[in-house]
Amino acid sequence: MVTLTVNGTKVSVEAAEDMPLLWVLRDLVGMTGTKFGCGIAQCGACTVHVDGEPRRACVSPIADVAGASITTIEGIGQTPEGKAVQRAWLDAEVVQCGYCQSGQIMSATALLANNQTPSDEDIDLAMAGNICRCGTYPRIREAIKLAAKSISGKGG
Amino acid sequence: MAGPLELGGPSYVSRRYFLKAGAALGGGLMIGWHPQQGAAADAQPFSPNAFLRIDRAGKVTFVCPAVEMGQGTYTSLPMLAAEELDVALDQISVEPSPPSDKLYGNPAVFNAQITGGSMSVHGFFKPLREAGAAARQMLMSAAAARLKVDIAELQTEPGAVVHAKSGTRLAYGALVDDAAKLPVPTGVALKDPANFRIIGTPAKRLDVAGKIDGTAVYGIDVKVPGMKVATVAASPVFGGKLASLDEAAALAVPGVRQIAKIDNAVAVIADHYWAARKGLEAARPKFDDGPHGGLSTSDVVAALAKAATERKGAVAERKGDADAAMANAEVKLDSTYENPFLAHATMEPMNCTVHVTPDGCDIWVGTQIPSIAQSVVSKALDLPLEKVRVHNHLLGGGFGRRLEFDFILQAALFAKQVKDPIKVIWSREEDIQHDMYRPYYYDRISAGLDGKGNILAWKHRIVGSAIVARFAPSAYKDDLDSDAVDGAIDLNYDLPNTYVDYVREEPFAIPTAFWRGVGPTRSAFVVEGFIDELAAAVNTDPVEFRRRLLVKSPRALHVLERAAALSGWGTPLGPRKGRGISVMKAMGSYIAQVAEVTVAPNGEVHVDRVVVAVDCGLAVNPDTIVAQMQSGIIFGITAVLWGEITIKNGRVEQSNFDDYRIVRLNEAPKIEVEIVKSNDEPSGIGEPGTCALAPAVVNAVYAATGVRVRKLPLKAALPGAS
Repeated sequence: MVTLTVNGTKVSVEAAEDMPLLWVLRDLVGMTGTKFGCGIAQCGACTVHVDGEPRRACVSPIADVAGASITTIEGIGQTPEGKAVQRAWLDAEVVQCGYCQSGQIMSATALLANNQTPSDEDIDLAMAGNICRCGTYPRIREAIKLAAKSISGKGG
Repeated sequence: MAGPLELGGPSYVSRRYFLKAGAALGGGLMIGWHPQQGAAADAQPFSPNAFLRIDRAGKVTFVCPAVEMGQGTYTSLPMLAAEELDVALDQISVEPSPPSDKLYGNPAVFNAQITGGSMSVHGFFKPLREAGAAARQMLMSAAAARLKVDIAELQTEPGAVVHAKSGTRLAYGALVDDAAKLPVPTGVALKDPANFRIIGTPAKRLDVAGKIDGTAVYGIDVKVPGMKVATVAASPVFGGKLASLDEAAALAVPGVRQIAKIDNAVAVIADHYWAARKGLEAARPKFDDGPHGGLSTSDVVAALAKAATERKGAVAERKGDADAAMANAEVKLDSTYENPFLAHATMEPMNCTVHVTPDGCDIWVGTQIPSIAQSVVSKALDLPLEKVRVHNHLLGGGFGRRLEFDFILQAALFAKQVKDPIKVIWSREEDIQHDMYRPYYYDRISAGLDGKGNILAWKHRIVGSAIVARFAPSAYKDDLDSDAVDGAIDLNYDLPNTYVDYVREEPFAIPTAFWRGVGPTRSAFVVEGFIDELAAAVNTDPVEFRRRLLVKSPRALHVLERAAALSGWGTPLGPRKGRGISVMKAMGSYIAQVAEVTVAPNGEVHVDRVVVAVDCGLAVNPDTIVAQMQSGIIFGITAVLWGEITIKNGRVEQSNFDDYRIVRLNEAPKIEVEIVKSNDEPSGIGEPGTCALAPAVVNAVYAATGVRVRKLPLKAALPGAS
């Protein structure tokens, strides 16, 4: 039995120690917002926050995150940065197929939680791990800047 | 393999969208196609056609004939109906259509329920406006009867009928029961485009709320009571068979419930994906490679090259006498171009959930072909068509991959062996190595010019797989594949003598399929690359060379001029930088792109900027057009820089995003889009951005380095281009 906190709620699951957090969330907890893309930490679709830090859930064994506080796309709107990012995603009309966007939003939120005035280079660094096949990158960049402005109170 | 799609059949177009009033149901009258479709209409009594239902609260449900895979159809198609029905977009909820060619076939795509070819807005532009207009007319008639006034005195405002004289306003929801009793009118006048209120104005997408908070449900997210999760391994060699496996070892993994086998693959069924995956690893399946265990990419290319020289082609276009004109030419060029195999690599790996019961079969999936999926599974499981229920979902990317039913049929064959519903999820490795690939194409192209740089003769031979022959066999005629030559014939350029032919050569057992941009993507690389070669051969600026050839194609000429002007064509760039241009017609749209690249001394190419001018007729949702240009271009950049599936020992060598490189945010260019204002019929927008990209980049690389690339991807062509 492993216990963790998911979006503020304590969750206990029966899982093998090596079972990745991704599949615990999707198949045991039943939260499907976190996506499976590659299974090898190459695409970022499964990005969640573990104690506030972005983590690829597909390669995070559940034993490593026991007791940790997990935030997923379903809960990210509860944080000020997450809410601002979701709003900016709508305002910039970022989304196309949307499958990668859970991970994109989680990476962008982690960036803005640490850096409220990201440069283009900061955005490059923070977001290069998240693949989008629909090519929403120009709008992701724009939306991150929009969200940054709204968080830092310089407009938005 | 026989194609699932047979064309023709009884003509139903005239009565397809509007049938006469139907049976009484529940709380009101429902006008419908066939009574069993009315089940969902109890709460929404007004259902004047297969696309629209309106409930008593005035809430409009739009049943979308095309699927949403990112391209924005869940917004652009309801916009068409909403314009004529006169409702605000936020009154509309969109749901996927159930399988039916008859109700949801696209007139522009074989009259079949296929989302592809960038044809959704084009094909449904009139039918959906007619559907909206007829519904509005019925609501107005109902209001006229209730108010005892002439219908000519009535108008509508979003969601309501208004009688200005008496100051009466009747919300649509209050009229639905009466409207449902009326006959469905035909031939209702459509709005003058000058009065469009929704069409042509950027609309917010209707499908995004759930995509930013994790609540959207894609096929892979489906939950069905009692469902198990399965993952599969198919023969790594195409055409191979499952030989043996260690079932006991697989079943010993905690959570594993069952093993299911078909001819060429095994599925491990478990309580969750992780157990299934561990079970599959423990099973260590072995396969008989069959006849293709020694196959390599080089074998495919050698066969294509041989066919290019030795075989007789099917004539696709013959104008004047190209051979005679070639003999008289002063300047002659002859080139070979090669397009590699490509995987689709949708972000959502292939998956399908199936439950086979004594009563039939339920399929939960995200597919571009719901009716074909239904038909294929009905045949495979020997079930009546109506016993196969397809529940379509949002697609985490399509790009042509989800035009195929292979993974759906496979899931059904496994599910037939299992009591519970199973969700079959392919690993990314399985997805890349068991794709149906954009075919390898081998093109020979030549031209002859006079001393002034005029093209006298144009010859082009296209050699490769015939996707249409498999996908829609009755559309494949006289050995000519219409997709294979699309973008290579009927060019915008004014060429006096042309000869274009096609040789079908299938790549042994490697399955091939449509890929974003289809024929025009492959052709544009060849045609626009070669036009650039000709311009260089006669020392003419690439834009000027094209301009002279486009005198009879004003729409193409216009986008060429606009893209060139916006890009600053002719202004200096730094060292190792270059600009390249392409112009073409694809999916009915005219598009020109200027790419700016930087080529590093080690040969790495970075696309810095892409400027696009596009004329897609009337722009229904302008922001979606911009988005699709950005999308198509970035999709194309992955392919032109790195995209390549290679075969060794009968196996695909790539397996995941570490060896099938995808462009990332930090590698994406600046993109500027200009949409030409037009009242022409809307044409395709999902693919042309991809079609025009490769030649613009390749031509830019030439401008930067003097290296002419005729074989993609660039990574192979420019190893250390210093």
